[in-house]
Amino acid sequence: MVSASILILIPMLGAGAAYALKSNRLRPAILPVVGLAHLGVSAIATQAPFDPAQRHWFALDPAGRIALMTVSVLFSCCALYAPVYLRMHEKRSNRVFCACMLALLAAMSMVVYAQHIGMMWVGIEAMALAAAPLIYFRHTSEAIEASWKYLLLSSIGVALALLGSFFLAYASIVGGESTSLLVSDLVREAEHLSKPWLRAAFVTLLVGYGTKMGLAPMHTWKPDAYGEAPGLAGALLAGGLTSCAFLALSRFTMVLGAAGEAALASRLLIGLGLFSMLIAAVFLVRQRDFKRMLAYSSVEHMGILAIGLGVGGVGLFGALLHMMNNAFTKGVLFLSAANIHRTYGSKSVDEVRGAFQRAPLSAVLFLTGFIAIAGSPPFGPFVSLFSILQGAFEARHYITGGALLVLLWVVFVGMGHTVLRVVQGVPEGEPASPRESLKLVAPVAVLACVVLVLGLWMPAPLLRMLQEAAAYLEVHP
Amino acid sequence: MFKILLTCIVFLNFFALGSSRMRAIIRTAGLQGAILGLLTLVAHEHIGSRQIIVAALTFAIKGVVIPSLLFRAIREAHIRREVEPLLGFVPSLLFGGLGTALAVLFAGRLPLDGGTADAYFVSTAFSTILTGFILIIARHKAITQVVGYLILENGIFVFGLLLIEAMPFFVEMGVLLDVFVGVFIMGIIINRIQRTFSSLDTVHLERLKD
Repeated sequence: MVSASILILIPMLGAGAAYALKSNRLRPAILPVVGLAHLGVSAIATQAPFDPAQRHWFALDPAGRIALMTVSVLFSCCALYAPVYLRMHEKRSNRVFCACMLALLAAMSMVVYAQHIGMMWVGIEAMALAAAPLIYFRHTSEAIEASWKYLLLSSIGVALALLGSFFLAYASIVGGESTSLLVSDLVREAEHLSKPWLRAAFVTLLVGYGTKMGLAPMHTWKPDAYGEAPGLAGALLAGGLTSCAFLALSRFTMVLGAAGEAALASRLLIGLGLFSMLIAAVFLVRQRDFKRMLAYSSVEHMGILAIGLGVGGVGLFGALLHMMNNAFTKGVLFLSAANIHRTYGSKSVDEVRGAFQRAPLSAVLFLTGFIAIAGSPPFGPFVSLFSILQGAFEARHYITGGALLVLLWVVFVGMGHTVLRVVQGVPEGEPASPRESLKLVAPVAVLACVVLVLGLWMPAPLLRMLQEAAAYLEVHP
Repeated sequence: MFKILLTCIVFLNFFALGSSRMRAIIRTAGLQGAILGLLTLVAHEHIGSRQIIVAALTFAIKGVVIPSLLFRAIREAHIRREVEPLLGFVPSLLFGGLGTALAVLFAGRLPLDGGTADAYFVSTAFSTILTGFILIIARHKAITQVVGYLILENGIFVFGLLLIEAMPFFVEMGVLLDVFVGVFIMGIIINRIQRTFSSLDTVHLERLKD
């Protein structure tokens, strides 16, 4: 409870300070300070035991622990990257950008901690709004288009999530049980909830929070937003915001499981997950814009998370681990892609060639990120994807497992084509900006190391936390 | 009493779907918002100070503040009508009518808490939500899409009224926060679209594609 208020308040105060501070030069320095403080407090908070009988609105449940670590590590690396990046755009005011980045961290912490479905919704709404100015940072007409599409779609998504929460509340009224909206109470009294309303609630929530996650067919904001937003914002959206929406969805899946409706949830999640992977695979092949490529890769991996949640068992363990791996790898990919984008002044493979020569470190990191996200050893995503596949086959979802394998392979080939065109070859024309700065490579390298370590060796405390989280989310009537 | 108000809301839905004049559509959504304010007062038997505050806020925000913001936006952008909608006005109306009929049938089949009274609320809510969706999908102008979002929100509010007695805080916070903040931020972006493209037609927003 104490850690909740600290972790939500620190970034909120930071956002206030960033907005109040006049100096464009000093302001970005707040980001790493807040980020590292958040990381420190999070590390302590995840050690605290969780009492399932508690009735606070904000508490860190085992699944929240994983999400909190994901968000905090990713944000810290982005916050180290941000001041250097913002110094390059010093003429433009970064007041709104810094404040919104910190507000986004506060909102994500709120979603992680929220045990009350209303509070969870407020956190998601705040997250959606804080992200819009980040997408708009460049102020070009394309950026406006991207922010408009993002805002309209995510507002509809959030509205539907509210409707779904209302349905769930009505299910408990019709069921005649106490009208508590705490996740723990809903799970305990799940059998008494009115079944038709519970099902309607889950479908609506899946569409609503699925829009925030970017599951197909509600993914259409993603390519535009990730394509036009600065790499920094892309990393935070693809790794942080979407992970929090997934966490929210997994808590509702838990309620459904407790009500004995796990089969419905599983069917819907697997269906949407496979459809997302399929759409992503179609658009990834021959993709000419490498930032939009990353957006489709994000759609694909959100689909994989949904499948992992749907199959349950080892798959659920895999999905939680994959939430972490995906977030960190997306951080590597978006930030290194941003470095390459800056060096060439373009994000189209028609103009970007030979990044190995012009921005060697970023190109190596970009290629590393690609190999990792495609699921090859020795990186983290290999382990989590393997667990999800194992979960699918153990739960006898043979077709799902087979489709997952085929689609992973198609995506690997499609993405590989684009990535190799970017890094190989001989660069043409003059570079748009001077040599890559080491300060812009170091935070990305740190994230890449984390991804590598997660693939080689799983620390015992992390393993225990993941197992606890998977056991917590898997509820049977 | 609440039956009359709910019928008005459904009637206004059709009006919004069939109208091409921008001012009329905005006024329709505003009127719906104002009716929702009244509905909050009559939906339940006992009226506390809390209900009065929510009703007044709803009336003010949904009925007055947001419509006047949108009126200002269209005045600055010099737009009067929605020309060439993606889906014509008559088909929109047909879809709306069909949707309402289905909503009534559907609401009758669901288990309800308060019997027939609740069925009225549920079917009105579904019909209004559907109207919002049609406006968002089938119209080009950014403003019409925002109005569609408002009507969608109005539908969610109607459903929220079923819960307001059992969990007042959740419902009040949800519906008011959502619509106010959402429209506020959308207003900012609309302003930017207008400045950059000197038009509020989302047809211009089609540069980003695969």
